[in-house]
Amino acid sequence: MSVRPVRAPHTTTRRRAPPPVLEVEGLSKRFGKFQALDGVSLRAEPGSVHALLGENGAGKSTLVKCIMGYHQADGGHMRLAGEQLAPKSPREAQALGIGMVYQHFTLVPNMTVCENLVLARATLPLVVDWPKEHAALTSFLTRMPFKIDLDATVRSLSAGEKQKIEILKQLYLESRIVILDEPTSVLTPAEADEVLSMLHGMARAGDISIIIITHKFREVTQFADEVTVLRRGRGVGRGRVGELTTGAMAEMMMGGAIPAEAKGPAAGAAGDVRLGITDLQAADDVGVPALRGVTLHVRAGEIVGIAAIAGNGQEELVEVLAGQRPRSSGLVQISGASFEARRDEMRLRRVRCLPEEPLRNACVATMTVAENMAFRTFDESRYTVLGWLVSQKAISREAVKLVAEYGIRAPSIHTPIGKLSGGNVQRSVLARELEGEVDVLIAANPCMGLDFAAVAEIHARIRTARDRGAAVLLVSADLDEIFALATRILVMSEGRIAFETPIEGAEPAVLGKYMAGHGAHDL
Amino acid sequence: MTETPLGFWGLPLALAGGALRVSAPYLFVSLGECLTEKSGRINLGQEGTLIMGAMSGYGVSYLSGSAWLGVLAAGCVGVVFGGLHAWLCSSRRVNDVAVGIALMLLGIGLAFFLGKPLIQPTAPRLSAIELGSWSHFAPVRAALEINALLLWGVAAAFAMRFFFQRTRWGLLVRIVGEDADAARAMGYDANRVRFLATAAGGFFAGVGGSFLSLYYPGSWSEGLSSGQGLMAVALVIFARWDPVRCLWASLLFGGAGAIGPALQSIGIIGGYNLYATAPYVFTLVIMVATSSARRTIAGQPAELTVAR
Repeated sequence: MSVRPVRAPHTTTRRRAPPPVLEVEGLSKRFGKFQALDGVSLRAEPGSVHALLGENGAGKSTLVKCIMGYHQADGGHMRLAGEQLAPKSPREAQALGIGMVYQHFTLVPNMTVCENLVLARATLPLVVDWPKEHAALTSFLTRMPFKIDLDATVRSLSAGEKQKIEILKQLYLESRIVILDEPTSVLTPAEADEVLSMLHGMARAGDISIIIITHKFREVTQFADEVTVLRRGRGVGRGRVGELTTGAMAEMMMGGAIPAEAKGPAAGAAGDVRLGITDLQAADDVGVPALRGVTLHVRAGEIVGIAAIAGNGQEELVEVLAGQRPRSSGLVQISGASFEARRDEMRLRRVRCLPEEPLRNACVATMTVAENMAFRTFDESRYTVLGWLVSQKAISREAVKLVAEYGIRAPSIHTPIGKLSGGNVQRSVLARELEGEVDVLIAANPCMGLDFAAVAEIHARIRTARDRGAAVLLVSADLDEIFALATRILVMSEGRIAFETPIEGAEPAVLGKYMAGHGAHDL
Repeated sequence: MTETPLGFWGLPLALAGGALRVSAPYLFVSLGECLTEKSGRINLGQEGTLIMGAMSGYGVSYLSGSAWLGVLAAGCVGVVFGGLHAWLCSSRRVNDVAVGIALMLLGIGLAFFLGKPLIQPTAPRLSAIELGSWSHFAPVRAALEINALLLWGVAAAFAMRFFFQRTRWGLLVRIVGEDADAARAMGYDANRVRFLATAAGGFFAGVGGSFLSLYYPGSWSEGLSSGQGLMAVALVIFARWDPVRCLWASLLFGGAGAIGPALQSIGIIGGYNLYATAPYVFTLVIMVATSSARRTIAGQPAELTVAR
């Protein structure tokens, strides 16, 4: 996917001055007892790409939120083109030419691209002349490096397209400094490269300066000019990208040597088919077919990875298997027996599930850690008194054991699980789901939003489950994760399995093409 | 009424006339509710607002001698009730449905309490525009007697559609209703937009109430609304959050409400109470027919509590 040389949105007739310098000096911010930022400094040169590296909770988001005016810093100061910068709100920052592309999309899904772009403007006319706006946007788009259908409803677009519109929006608003919060976390590798090299080109051309939050080293080394590394609210390193090795950056981030991820080999040959899915069909929330005949199988002792761009049916597949969504037709079998995802079947067939966004899909946020951990087992006789009264004692005992075993950091097992950090919620659910014998494990984006250490640990647990003979179906938006874990890769596109390959010889580029839905035509 | 010279044609005529009369409160409440729901909140208190509007409209009309002043007063009471709902819901984790039910009961109770002295006296009523004066037939003339307030409602329906599609404020209401986070990211205050939308929605419901007490049936009594404010909420769903479709749906509901009186007017008296249930049955049928366990309704503002 090539990127055309980029011209600035508004420079068809005149050259613009370079973007202003943004300087941050000794910025501090405290939330209650928690020192989120502690004297962080940063300098974004005009027309450069500046990467902010750091683990979760290192203070990257707090820093950019201070720049954007979401938070007001307690100490230190910021300057834009030499002048004091202290925005009180994102609107004020936007008016000064600082814009942000958020990790979660800020587009309104039920509105069209055209409406979304017009809405983003600081001032709207009292009565909107849609034909005129449409024409103005069309001519704006002719100066942009990529094409987008203005009349498409945002809901119908892929994550990559949405991300592009978010960036487009910043250019449309004439932002000179664009801050991106993990912009590629929802994109395929090809989309990520396309978007990043486009941004890189715009910075090169002197149209914008970019600050990009990331924890992917590849993106830093390939697209950034300078890097600032944060750890626990402090700036622990900075420098030009060419002068730092990834090892050095990783050490700064982690504050020491990084734990190497044990990449255990696939344990022996795979066994019998544990999970068999035949011609499975199901509709999405608005009744449109999302699964259009999925057929696959997973054998005991293997991890089958499903790679797909968000919205191609993988969420619905996991929901059907977890019993959260009715199927319209098709067959699911566990060890040869029909499976309707009822509680008794899950228990009998030892099917466990690690859904994405576990706090929403697998927990009751207001119930305690101990109660959440007992969801699979509280009605088993060993956790009850007289066969029907729930035994708090047994539940607590079990929870204490799991908390220790899985290294879950919680103030107490009686803390509502919603109060825990994302990694600890994920560990709690993992502890519950992997407890005891597991025959089939369905995992969906099990590491989304977690830091290195937590990712390595969760991957190790999934491998252990596989080595103990579980059949694992892994749905992930992160190709690296699939390559790290899977023995076989399936690509899902538009509700069907579009491609299958063993891990040996699998090419990310080939997978990406099938993920984008045109593999069959292009290859 | 006696046999008419129109014979069998009397029935559709009576139905149409009834629909025009009965539909106005539905129309106003559903427009108000449509505006509120577009901003992402459900206000079930509209039933209470409707009854408070009916009572206060009647009271002010009686005291001042001007029916239109009564309408205005009813609208203002609606603003207070809508504003109260929005204010209560503006805190985190306050459920709009629960607040709505509480306000509904408050409105009904308060209206009954304050309205006790208003049951006897006769207040000036809104006058009708006689569109049927060309006809010799009394039933035609009766059917085409239209209240000016209904015309305002029709105009408001089209104006509201324009508001949502073309104006800055209308778009703002829609963004807040579709995605409050996106609205915040754009620097808008979702709570304030919702406050204004709910208060304005209350105004419509209050005016709808004044129609009940000042035009049809045209007096204040405790059984005046009989749940029309709640049915209007169902109607908004049926109309898929489009003001102009609210207008058509109101006429349909009004027609259903007029079945009993219309049959009576051509001499069919048996089963009157059964026909009187038509709007409620209709509501149930519509809710069942337009709902699905498997999908969300197209057009539903994504921020509505029920959608989450």
